[in-house]
Amino acid sequence: MSMLKMQKISICALKKHRKDILETLQRKGVVEITDLELQDSVFFKEETSASQASFLKSSQTAKQAAEILCEYNDFKKSMFATFEGREPISKENYYIYVNDAAEIMRVAYEIIGFKKNINEANADIIKYEFQIESLIPWKSFELSLRFKGTEKTQAFVGTFPNLISEGEILSEIAQINPELDGIDVNVISSDKNQTCVFLICKKEKSDKLFEAIRQMGFSSPAVDSKQPPAERIKILNERIENLKNSVKENINNIKSHKGMLHAFNFIEDYYVMRAEKYEQIESLSNTRHVFLLSGYITEKNAPELQALLISKYGAEVEMEDDFSDDAPVVLHNNPIARPVEGVLQTYSLPKRREIDPTSIMAIFYYVFFGMMFSDAGYGIVMSLACGFALHHFKNMEEGLKKSVKMFFYCGLSTTFWGLMFGSFFGDAVSVISTTFLGIAPEQVPQIPGLVIPIWFNPINDPMRLLMICFLFGIIHLFTGLAIQGYMHIKNKNPMFVIYDVVSWYLLIGGAILALLSLDMMKDLAGFVLPPVFLTIGGITALIGAVIIVFFSGRESKNPVKRLLKGIYGLYGATGYLSDILSYSRLLALGLATGVIAQVFNQIGSMFGSSIFAIIIFAVVFIIGHVLNIGINALGAYVHTNRLQFVEFFGKFYEGGGKAFKPFKINSKHYKVKEDI
Amino acid sequence: MSEILTNSGLFFALLGAACATFLAGTGSAIGVGKAGVAAAGVLSEEPSLFGKVLIFQLLPATQGIYGLLVAFLILTNTGIIGTPQDISLQQGLLYFAASLPIAIAGLFSGIHQGNCAVAGIGTVAKRPDQMGKAIILPAMVETYAILALLISILAVFGIANVNI
Repeated sequence: MSMLKMQKISICALKKHRKDILETLQRKGVVEITDLELQDSVFFKEETSASQASFLKSSQTAKQAAEILCEYNDFKKSMFATFEGREPISKENYYIYVNDAAEIMRVAYEIIGFKKNINEANADIIKYEFQIESLIPWKSFELSLRFKGTEKTQAFVGTFPNLISEGEILSEIAQINPELDGIDVNVISSDKNQTCVFLICKKEKSDKLFEAIRQMGFSSPAVDSKQPPAERIKILNERIENLKNSVKENINNIKSHKGMLHAFNFIEDYYVMRAEKYEQIESLSNTRHVFLLSGYITEKNAPELQALLISKYGAEVEMEDDFSDDAPVVLHNNPIARPVEGVLQTYSLPKRREIDPTSIMAIFYYVFFGMMFSDAGYGIVMSLACGFALHHFKNMEEGLKKSVKMFFYCGLSTTFWGLMFGSFFGDAVSVISTTFLGIAPEQVPQIPGLVIPIWFNPINDPMRLLMICFLFGIIHLFTGLAIQGYMHIKNKNPMFVIYDVVSWYLLIGGAILALLSLDMMKDLAGFVLPPVFLTIGGITALIGAVIIVFFSGRESKNPVKRLLKGIYGLYGATGYLSDILSYSRLLALGLATGVIAQVFNQIGSMFGSSIFAIIIFAVVFIIGHVLNIGINALGAYVHTNRLQFVEFFGKFYEGGGKAFKPFKINSKHYKVKEDI
Repeated sequence: MSEILTNSGLFFALLGAACATFLAGTGSAIGVGKAGVAAAGVLSEEPSLFGKVLIFQLLPATQGIYGLLVAFLILTNTGIIGTPQDISLQQGLLYFAASLPIAIAGLFSGIHQGNCAVAGIGTVAKRPDQMGKAIILPAMVETYAILALLISILAVFGIANVNI
């Protein structure tokens, strides 16, 4: 239940060791480097953006090459790829790849070149296919489309934008200009959108004819062809064939580099790594011969690093405890609570002067999740699946591992509550024994946990569980208040505990006591307290209310304003009412899981007890329960988070701490071990 | 006429079950539909976010399931599934009334949770690391569907014990 102690670290060393020291820090990943902003006549900064850009470009090139390889090769990707994480790279391979970097980059550019060829060829193929399509109407024309006529004649090759016959063309020309005669019209092809024609006339009449046909909408062919169209089509087809072969060849070239994928992935990581190292150089302050680095390190890692830097590089290393709010935060919790740190992070990290609520939250988290999901079968399935994933995928990334572990523990809690409430895949045991084993409903073996509840069945007695949910809610809220009180004490404001914490304990606690001694509550709670508690509770609540009225507005100097603020503070009681009622979702979601499970069992068992029915039952059972697990696990997760974030954190937590971001290797594909 | 009325208890119970299913189901269908459209849009740019946007799409799906749950409870309690029972007119009307919270709250919360999920999908598309926060906001809307479900369930369980 804590955060790790942070220290400010300052390293001063000779510049010739700068590269090695930075590399060591990057491998170790324990120091967050901060910019000293130290720039004067002695210290200067180094600009590295050009090198960074060139490294990032190389990394991008390798990435692009890898993507191209994946596009043309069928690399198997497992269904559980997300769980697999990064593979650690061995020391030998690391140096093989690093020494080969130039060659690997050459191949990467080559592959990108192949890809470029393919793209260009494909574009040309489309272009030529379009040309062929435009030439097809001219296929039967035996001259070049550029044919302009002979010595004495003028030829026009082109199209009219409509369907028109030779006779119609001639008569239209005659209509426009009656002087025109001796014109030869040949229709090459026609459809409803265009008519391809070839006109010949005497040279001296060509201008007039052109004027006439222009009025009719004549235009030159959309394509050009030096050769007769049929021949041209053949040439184009040959070109397309060649291009297709070239595409194939390029694809084969790419495929021949199939084995380079790992190298490209590594090089992508490697250059990002180098770019990030250069990025950090910008935060350093340099003189001619030495450099100064400052940053944060956890107290735990400090001595080891200090010893290493001193012995290996003769560096000057200084540590200093840092308790300021600026220092970054690293959570540190016991193994059971640690998985829930991720949930806290999605809300906000604690500020340095706050306490880390993870370990307290973890208890409630597991309990609430279990109550909402509350089925022993589902819990076992969830824990087994998570346990298998943890066991099988050793390289799983840290963040994911935390989540999987969290669901493993949530599964255990779910199993516990399922046994308590007697739910095992709903009522699967009784349904199967009555439907398929022919056991009378009364004679179903009363296995505790699986058939009959160890504690009680919420479906038969929902009010009881509702009361228990409210009780858990009150405990949860009061715990939150207690943490607030603890922080007041830590900040040396012990009186605030009475004003802000004890007052609410008295008010809420008293009100509950009074409520429970009313007759009205008898049916709801199943019991009633003696009437004397009404008085005790009332007085307690009143004391609480008075404290709140007088002290919750204590920041205001003006007594009227202070009192008004105090009355407004009392209004916060409605907040507590809605907070407590909010815990009814524990019951509602728990019932939902159980009843939906029963619904699927019932649907499955509707078809009798033949072999055929057993198969249907199995199918309905599997699909139905998988669906129910999916939707209700999601619901349980989301609503457990909500209870923590809104109801619990609302009572004490501020957050807003800065995460510790150590300078480390941010690789995508390979884990680079420290000793390389 | 009065005879028809006195015998129509079962009808009203069934009407209640139907309302719970179809109104809450409609709410979920609209919500899931909207979220699905937004999710598909995100996938066209970022296919790797499939797992995340799918969760957002599923968030408004619960109302329909709550409706189904209440409907099923009514069907079993009135013997429409299982052993047939005599349901008086009053009982039938009570079942109908019991179905209304989840039917109506389910309809509207489903739609609005859908809107909220669409916004959440937008958040995740831009900042996938903010998933945890973005997922809580649509869950706030669902609270009211859960409260309605609770009242509907408690009412359906309670009707059997009411002496009419």
